[in-house]
Amino acid sequence: MNPRTHNLSAQTVSYPSADGAQIEGFLAQPSDLGSFPGVVVIHHLPGYDQATKEMAMKFASQGYAALVPNLYSREAPGAAPDDAAAIARAQGGIPDDQLVSDVEGAARELRGLAGANGKVGVIGHCSGGRQAFLSACRLRLDAAIDCYGAFVVGTPPPESGLKAQPLLDLAPSLSCPLLGLFGADDKFPSPAHVAELEAALRAAGKDYEFHSLAGAGHGFFAVDRPSYRVEAANQGWAFVFDFLGRHLRGAAA
Amino acid sequence: MCTYLTERLAVEGSAKAGERWAAVSSASVYFDHPVHANAEHSVNLDFFDARDSGLSRRVAVELTPSAARELAAAIERVLASAPAELIAN
Repeated sequence: MNPRTHNLSAQTVSYPSADGAQIEGFLAQPSDLGSFPGVVVIHHLPGYDQATKEMAMKFASQGYAALVPNLYSREAPGAAPDDAAAIARAQGGIPDDQLVSDVEGAARELRGLAGANGKVGVIGHCSGGRQAFLSACRLRLDAAIDCYGAFVVGTPPPESGLKAQPLLDLAPSLSCPLLGLFGADDKFPSPAHVAELEAALRAAGKDYEFHSLAGAGHGFFAVDRPSYRVEAANQGWAFVFDFLGRHLRGAAA
Repeated sequence: MCTYLTERLAVEGSAKAGERWAAVSSASVYFDHPVHANAEHSVNLDFFDARDSGLSRRVAVELTPSAARELAAAIERVLASAPAELIAN
């Protein structure tokens, strides 16, 4: 499905969010392919960091254009990623509507690239997993991947002060197939949370594929953190590229 | 997980980063992923300079839960042992 590693180019870009704001992003794309799908890569709460940009380059090396929106472009333009995350957190995080606008603009940007095949997926980890699900419910996308997103089921505690809303009721409006990758030992989302999400998707007749990976807790993809689990991460990446290959390759709908 | 657990508060004081001091006016206290500490989760403290000058936006500390408890207890101890008339507020 993804038979070889591609040459790639990567750069910082500026693109318009659907709400008109100008957003910083990191764009990585294959430079030796005439046609490729796009993937919006949503960074986690700790910010627009190096590890997320490296994921974008991994997608590009596998033949996808990948755009990471800096979700804190408005709150802390030009700040170091960790400082921007701290500033955004101190302001209560970013509203869901703003996130959806930024992903919508990113998807439009990817569809407009020379060589784009017109199909766009979304992936996010941790808080980004929740936001990937949210985006796929609010936007017309072609594939979505939720990697251990907490609070897709349930609500962040009120004392968090953050602007995230419950999402499970949005399941009937999911616009595309969903791949869910979870750690079997994770507490947020727990196996019960995953089962509840799965039940909602089944009830809504949605196309989904869930995998709970043994020996892994939360954050098993994060190569720069102690939660990294090499076996689960390798399995997870295989699931990611199999899923995207099936849903994003070929002609646009 | 990203716990989202965050307390925000107004503070009065100063902090030093590198060679520079600045007044700080707000702080965040949260239990979530660290940026640098070798732990899955940590107690994170951010002190912000409202004028955004001198501190390069914030002074940040990430502590293990046990270290954070020890710090909180130590702060309470020194305040409890200080002469009350020296503690104006």
